[in-house]
Amino acid sequence: MSKTTEIVKAGLARRYARERRFRLFGLSAIIISMLFLATLLFTIFNQGISGFSQTFIKLDVVLSEDLLGVGPGATETQLRSANFAAAINQSLYTLFPEVSGRSDKRNLRKLVSANAQYRLMGLVIDDPDLLGRTYSGWFLADDDIDTYIKGHVDRSVPEAGRRITDQTLGWIDRLEAEARLEKRFNTEFFTNNDSREPEQAGILSALAGSFYTMLVTLLLSFPIGVAAAIYLEEFAPKNNWFVDLIEVNINNLAAVPSIVFGLLGLAVFIQFFGVPRSTPLVGGLVLTLMTLPTIIIASRAALKAVPPSIREAAFGMGASRVQTVFHHTLPLAMPGILTGTIIGMAQALGETAPLLMIGMIAFILNTPEGITDPATVLPVQVYLWSDSPERAFTEKTSAAIIVLLGFLVLMNLLAVLFRKKFERRW
Amino acid sequence: MNTSSLLLLLLILGLLSYYLGRKQSLAVSNGNRGRQRLHSLPDYHGYLVAVWCLLPALVVLLCWNLFNAPLITHAVSNSLPPEVHAVSSVNAELVMGNVKRLVDTRSIATETDPVQKAAAEKYLALLAFSKMARTVVILALAIGGFLYGWRQINPQLRARQQVEQVIRWGMILCASIAIITTLGIILSVLFESIRFFQAVPVHEFLFGTHWSPQTAIRADQVGGSGSFGAIPLFIGTLLISAIALLVAVPLGLMAAIYLSEYASPRLRNITKPALEVLAGIPTVVYGFFAALTVAPFIRDAGGLFGLNVASESALAAGLVMGVMLIPFMSSLSDDVINAVPQAMRDGSYGMGATKSETIRQVIIPAALPGIVGAFLLAASRAIGETMIVVMAAGLSARLTINPLEAVTTVTVQIVTLLTGDQEFDSPKTLAAFALGLTLFILTLVLNILALHIVRKYREQYE
Repeated sequence: MSKTTEIVKAGLARRYARERRFRLFGLSAIIISMLFLATLLFTIFNQGISGFSQTFIKLDVVLSEDLLGVGPGATETQLRSANFAAAINQSLYTLFPEVSGRSDKRNLRKLVSANAQYRLMGLVIDDPDLLGRTYSGWFLADDDIDTYIKGHVDRSVPEAGRRITDQTLGWIDRLEAEARLEKRFNTEFFTNNDSREPEQAGILSALAGSFYTMLVTLLLSFPIGVAAAIYLEEFAPKNNWFVDLIEVNINNLAAVPSIVFGLLGLAVFIQFFGVPRSTPLVGGLVLTLMTLPTIIIASRAALKAVPPSIREAAFGMGASRVQTVFHHTLPLAMPGILTGTIIGMAQALGETAPLLMIGMIAFILNTPEGITDPATVLPVQVYLWSDSPERAFTEKTSAAIIVLLGFLVLMNLLAVLFRKKFERRW
Repeated sequence: MNTSSLLLLLLILGLLSYYLGRKQSLAVSNGNRGRQRLHSLPDYHGYLVAVWCLLPALVVLLCWNLFNAPLITHAVSNSLPPEVHAVSSVNAELVMGNVKRLVDTRSIATETDPVQKAAAEKYLALLAFSKMARTVVILALAIGGFLYGWRQINPQLRARQQVEQVIRWGMILCASIAIITTLGIILSVLFESIRFFQAVPVHEFLFGTHWSPQTAIRADQVGGSGSFGAIPLFIGTLLISAIALLVAVPLGLMAAIYLSEYASPRLRNITKPALEVLAGIPTVVYGFFAALTVAPFIRDAGGLFGLNVASESALAAGLVMGVMLIPFMSSLSDDVINAVPQAMRDGSYGMGATKSETIRQVIIPAALPGIVGAFLLAASRAIGETMIVVMAAGLSARLTINPLEAVTTVTVQIVTLLTGDQEFDSPKTLAAFALGLTLFILTLVLNILALHIVRKYREQYE
């Protein structure tokens, strides 16, 4: 053995150990990242799943004339001013006849969520035959009770330390024993607008707002982005300062913090051009500017992937440049362009910060019906709820996040499917 | 007529003019029994007439809508009695704000101030007049354009070239939106910042160490000092970004190295989509996770060691932001590592180097410019990231580099300054734009630097 070989041999064990260590570092980096992802998703789902169900109380409501103030054959206007709250309260008093005293009765009334009377009103308006009879049905329970039923309240804590009193706990136990308390799937989460009461809060207005905002964004950013990409890829002269300026700007805009776009929207669209605040219109405009770089870059890549022979064949047949692009290159690049657009839209759907700047954090009680109605969007709703102190809003937030993530997964799946189905290798 | 019905009408007119133009071109050519053939296909004649019909009308409609509100406001503001302007310029703006509110809420009849009532009525009248004039002008333009285009049709008309010119200029316009956007950002942020710096000197903003933007409305109010020293914000931003980069750079880089050099195809097929999922999660979700899970966890863990950790510690926000940046960092590094040619690896293996030695001594040096570029881009992202810090970092500006304390950042302050009730002219609101300007310049420099490094120091192997 030569001397060199000996030196090399002597160091081998050390070098292999280093190799193994390095490899381990790499593997652990991946494992740590995946662990974070798993923890995040697990936490959100763990908290959010319970947000889709809600505790309901079964009440036997006597819809008698002397309680409501209206009799059979009442018109709808009369029904709208009838005292349904009294009917609900009476049904509670009948369940717990021993409760007396003003404050006790007030606590008892608090078992049921405040919107029970409106639900009852809706039921009676739909079916006026109910008047004069006893209606037994399920009504939303208050969020404190819901929180208890879901096991987030510790009974061993002294009474002063929890939101729910011993008296209420006794009532809950009785209701449970009579099978009058039940956890059910909460459809109102999808059909209600935002509310200060956690048990009534829903995401309908946010979903509608997101829909309109995305509509504006898509209608503006797709044609503009594709046109810009076609120009830069197929028509733009090489070594031209204007074209270079455009390219530098696109690359730079892709990396500008989103909140700066919000400032732009506030100063230019709202202050200067007078676009109404808080509307999907101005939100869509801002998001358009943000998504444009993504769409342009993806579309350019897709156009570039179309082989030059296609263009040359078209030229050879006497087609003009515009005809070549619109009849041949663009249709062939479309799958790639659509994939890029979907990914851009998914980014826009999850964007929050710039929308805070242009006032889309208003508390929206009405479902927006157009692009000029005040609205909020799903991620901003998540932000708003996450700020609320009530424990019950935490699970609502997680539930809203699950819905948001569901949409994002759907869009990304669509993009992947598109790529798989239409992708062509040349 | 409102904008959407006007647009619908224009669409119908456009389709009609396409149809009529196409028909007319055929009629013109048939008159000569095909001897004088059309220069362009009938379709192009149709398109050209539609362009004549729609383009002027749409351009005017757009301009009208853009400048309608500002011009009417200006006209009404000028028509206010001189004594309103005499008080101060702010007074006139206040009156105008009130007038607009009256118009929006349709409560003119209940207004008691005669000046404002008159102004609101004038505003409403101008608005109605403008709406009517718009309909008339737009329809006249559309029909006039159609007639002009229709009369132009003759067999020699080079309709295709003209249509293609329109398409070309349309595309140039679309591409220029990138420049317009950048200009818009610079101008909007710059103008408000200049107004801010008229109230607060630049050096006080850049080097002041005390930040409390609450300005006193009355001179005798307590606590309303209104000092705008942004150093605590800069330190806070840098602290959180540094923590984030400390997490993201090693993890992202090592993940990229492992995936491209060691991992089996099966592991890669699972891990890469998972990393993409991590990249696709909205930042508001990360923020919620940071505020609700990570921050309490760190506080409790610190408590075990007897450390006093703030519940909105910089550590929690930075850590989660780092996780958010991992996929960004790893996908960028993955690209540059894969760009290093196989021949260099093979040469190194041929010399007897182990895999890790090859990576450390050959691949990383070769890919270094790209990695530095990725690092700078990640840093620019960390500085500009908003939702995570808004939800998980603190609000009070504290001058500290202790990661266990609560600090605030530039983006948090922009959001808090602009989401409260705002008067547009107070230094408090304008300060947000000055912060925005700082943020924009900082990220711009980082981005340009990153692109420059990548371009200049990239080794060309082909």
